[in-house]
Amino acid sequence: MSLEVNMVKIRIDGKYFEAKPEKNLLETCLSIGIDIPHFCFHPALGSVGACRLCAVKKFRDKDDTKGRIVMSCMEPVTEGLMISVEDPEVKAFRTSVLESLMTNHPHDCPVCDEGGECHLQDMTVMTGHNYRRYDFPKRTYNNQELGPFINHEMNRCIQCYRCVRFYRDYAGGKDLNVFASRNHVYFGRHEDGTLENEFSGNLVEVCPTGVFTDKTLKKHFTRKWDLTNAPSVCVHCSVGCNTIVSERYGSIRRIMSRYNGAVNGYFICDRGRFGYEFLNDEKRIKSVQIRSKKADSLQIIENEQLFTSLNNSELNSKKIVGIGSPRASLESNFALMSLVGKENFYHGISEREYSLTKTISGFFQHSGALIASLKQIEKADAILVLGEDLTNTAPMIALAIRQAARNVPNQEAKKKGIQLWNDAPVRELAQDSKSPVFIATLFKDSLDDVAEVTFHSSSEDIANLGFDIVSGLNNITTDSKTGKKDHQELAGKIAQILKNAKNPLIISGISSGDKAILHAAINIVTSLESVGSGVMMSMVLPDCNSMGLALLPGKSFQDLFILEESHRIDALIVLENDLYRRADEESVNKLFEKCDRVVVLDQLMNKTTQKADILLPAATFAESEGTIVNNEGRAQRFYKAVGNKTQVQESWRWIGELISNRDNNQTDKWNLLDDITESMAIELPLFSKLRKYSPDADFRMLNMKMPRQTIRYSGRTAINANISVSEAKLPQDPDSPLAFSMEGQNENPPSSMVPFYWTPGWNSVQAMYNYLDELDGRMKGGDPGLRLFEQSTGSKRDSLEYNNQKSEVRKNELKIVPVYQIFGSEELSAVSPSIIERIHEPFVFLNPKDSEFFHLSDEESVILEILNIKLNVKVKIENSIVPGQAGLSVNLPGMPYVDIPGTGKFHKL
Amino acid sequence: MISILRSMWLTFLHVFHKTETVEYPEVKPYLAPRYRGRIVLTRDEEKNERCVACYLCAAACPVDCIALQAAEGENGRRYPEFFRINFSRCIFCGFCEEACPTYAIQLIPDFEMAEYDRQNMVYEKQHLLISGEGKYHGYNFYKNAGVDMGVKGKGEGHNEEKPVDLKELLP
Repeated sequence: MSLEVNMVKIRIDGKYFEAKPEKNLLETCLSIGIDIPHFCFHPALGSVGACRLCAVKKFRDKDDTKGRIVMSCMEPVTEGLMISVEDPEVKAFRTSVLESLMTNHPHDCPVCDEGGECHLQDMTVMTGHNYRRYDFPKRTYNNQELGPFINHEMNRCIQCYRCVRFYRDYAGGKDLNVFASRNHVYFGRHEDGTLENEFSGNLVEVCPTGVFTDKTLKKHFTRKWDLTNAPSVCVHCSVGCNTIVSERYGSIRRIMSRYNGAVNGYFICDRGRFGYEFLNDEKRIKSVQIRSKKADSLQIIENEQLFTSLNNSELNSKKIVGIGSPRASLESNFALMSLVGKENFYHGISEREYSLTKTISGFFQHSGALIASLKQIEKADAILVLGEDLTNTAPMIALAIRQAARNVPNQEAKKKGIQLWNDAPVRELAQDSKSPVFIATLFKDSLDDVAEVTFHSSSEDIANLGFDIVSGLNNITTDSKTGKKDHQELAGKIAQILKNAKNPLIISGISSGDKAILHAAINIVTSLESVGSGVMMSMVLPDCNSMGLALLPGKSFQDLFILEESHRIDALIVLENDLYRRADEESVNKLFEKCDRVVVLDQLMNKTTQKADILLPAATFAESEGTIVNNEGRAQRFYKAVGNKTQVQESWRWIGELISNRDNNQTDKWNLLDDITESMAIELPLFSKLRKYSPDADFRMLNMKMPRQTIRYSGRTAINANISVSEAKLPQDPDSPLAFSMEGQNENPPSSMVPFYWTPGWNSVQAMYNYLDELDGRMKGGDPGLRLFEQSTGSKRDSLEYNNQKSEVRKNELKIVPVYQIFGSEELSAVSPSIIERIHEPFVFLNPKDSEFFHLSDEESVILEILNIKLNVKVKIENSIVPGQAGLSVNLPGMPYVDIPGTGKFHKL
Repeated sequence: MISILRSMWLTFLHVFHKTETVEYPEVKPYLAPRYRGRIVLTRDEEKNERCVACYLCAAACPVDCIALQAAEGENGRRYPEFFRINFSRCIFCGFCEEACPTYAIQLIPDFEMAEYDRQNMVYEKQHLLISGEGKYHGYNFYKNAGVDMGVKGKGEGHNEEKPVDLKELLP
């Protein structure tokens, strides 16, 4: 990268540095490692020069000794620029700016949740303002109730405007704004109420003070210095955002985003940030439980008893079945596959999901197409979304598209000589102009406001539009699939724009459950590639490890339903999977009846665990180590944050013990995580690089493991003193080079294992700057994650067949399509109390015409019958859904599995 | 010989000196109020717990013998759900008292803490909390801090203006 850019030479306090001219001076200094205090600048948001804190002295030339004070965030980097950061006059200036910002700051750090990781505290120390001279009344504000995620304490505000710039400009939120004038400005909503944007949780990290803090953390508050942290990966959707998970006293306290330049950057969505509370839920399975007879209830037993009670002939049997899971780690799924054998391993997903996921994973593996990372999505200059409600199925992709929509106006700004970091003029110039974004979905999406054209229609029409775009790209005008003139025109327009763009991006996914849409999207990519475009693609999958599971051999578990009645299964092993969410109740019940022994490994009690004869407590992502593969095929490792020894352990370790027990081996099959990745590399060549991508368990820095705790971790000799005053041995973690300790070297860890951000002088999240090569760029040592699919050009592909069939819908029936919800449709996060407050009751979207036809009114409760399953749902009149089609919320807590898209009819209550 | 007799004489003279030995435990020694002995948690003048569970004492403790957990009471008032000091580790340095922003944790002139069983040296909140204000009277953190946690409303504290009226248009 650096070769392409013309570097310029600048002088800072007598030392010369190379710098990139497209960056501003503040970014440059922070990237070099020179600390300049600042508030309003954020690398993702650019500069507005609001806080006046980042002042430096600029000199005209070598003879200029006096210099003048400039704001470094508003200063472009030019050849021969001479500045001073340490000049006494400018230092005094910064201190006085901070002093005036502090005049109204309340005296409440002891009860402020930001304390200890506060940007304002850091800046106060950095500027040297240590004595309060102002002794006049302080301005006060009333607070607002902002919903289950965010706590508001407006007195602490220093008016830097970061919150509204993130919320409105970056994340597209509408309901947070700035009110009043002069020194009375107020950041909040027009009235009390829940912050609606899906990224509101990032305000916690964006706000440099304690105005916006994490409400879920508040309930079990712990200071940053007391947390035991681990680098982790979010498990609540397929994007795989990097997170930091933090523990204290054995329970998980919060999730923060962890920077990954290629994936999520600085931010994560609210489902990822606040969904963690399920880890502390009382429904957690914490002990081995067993029932000797089918009629008995589950009894808690010790680990040793388990192996005596498990009949080895069952595990040796040929009639053994293992059902894997898209939310279990790659290692756990692989372990199960090793236990039962490839021919008996089934993917625990519905038939529809199985075939669609296989289509995608197959295409990714063999096509050599350019699969976009989130960062690359942000760089696209034309985007087509085909049939995926991104805000609800992959929120961070929606956020990335919002940034990509600025690319074309940004080019315009560049031409006019405005630097892109100069946020205000860039936005002023852009006004409402956007990059071409086309969104074709079944109903409205909150991303629609960045779209040039939105196309809300039936799934057939969306697929046909896609196939028409393919025809347009191949210059075939005769073969229109839509048969509608305006659709055809739109398809032609989209085809033209995609063809002209440098880096067009096609996004689709499987949430619509429609094969034709998927085929259309893939064919568009193929056609664009054949005309030599640098096309990128991104496919959204339902679960965090859907891609990883798809890369393992195995069949869909619905194949088990067609076994004949007499066929018995000696042992069924279900891995971290609630089968009742994957197939209809009747079929799953039948399957369980066929089994003599059901072994279930899971984390939370659910309908499937109730059927277990042997229930094993599986560790969650916070208590285990493993690898998951995200939707772009990036394998990422997560590490455990909880070290306390309980019966809970990794699924792959349980299964490894079962294998050793079966084979009468004295030693465990896999002692360490590295052992199982080794086995995996041998058996499945695709994963051969997995072993090398992250450091081995015996990796050491300065001959020590790396600490999970900060150097100021407190209470070591008192935490367990109520149990025994003699201090117990620290928890051990043989699987990773991280230790449950504060001892060791925490400077510059490998980029994939940053347990927390801290560097001297930087206690806030801004400490992350020191872990990056350059602001907004790569992490030092490269961004973490291993891409499993290589991009290759020149591979020839045939386009997929046109298979769009109009589904038959009888009179008095509607086509039912799935509606996913960011809060509620994902199994684990839906257990978290804060998320539960945001979950809607099961509902059905209905066009006004249909509601008239069926005599249904808004908010009316009604029974919807789909394939003999009756659901009690609420009607929501929705203009964006086409007549003849209704959208049913899916996977919400308490809802049974329904196989949709399909047809359904209403019964009045 | 002479030196022996001299020593005996000097020893004999001590019979008429004032005794330095204090008959502890029958007689208690005088300890200054600032003596750093047993740690207590105090209450404010309204008999509410002063501790706001800010974790600063725990962070300041050089032997890490303080562990606590913050919780929220009525009106969001912060208090420690549990507060544990392992006195078998405590070195009575007084850093916790210095760090405390609310005068809650105080070291008092009491050193009689010997136990036969080390486990008894672990003090929980009920053992630490006293009913008075300790050495420092008349300070209530919530009356000085800008938060409203049920002690005073916004703008009612020391040196505070009334809350801003957002609808006001005057410059």
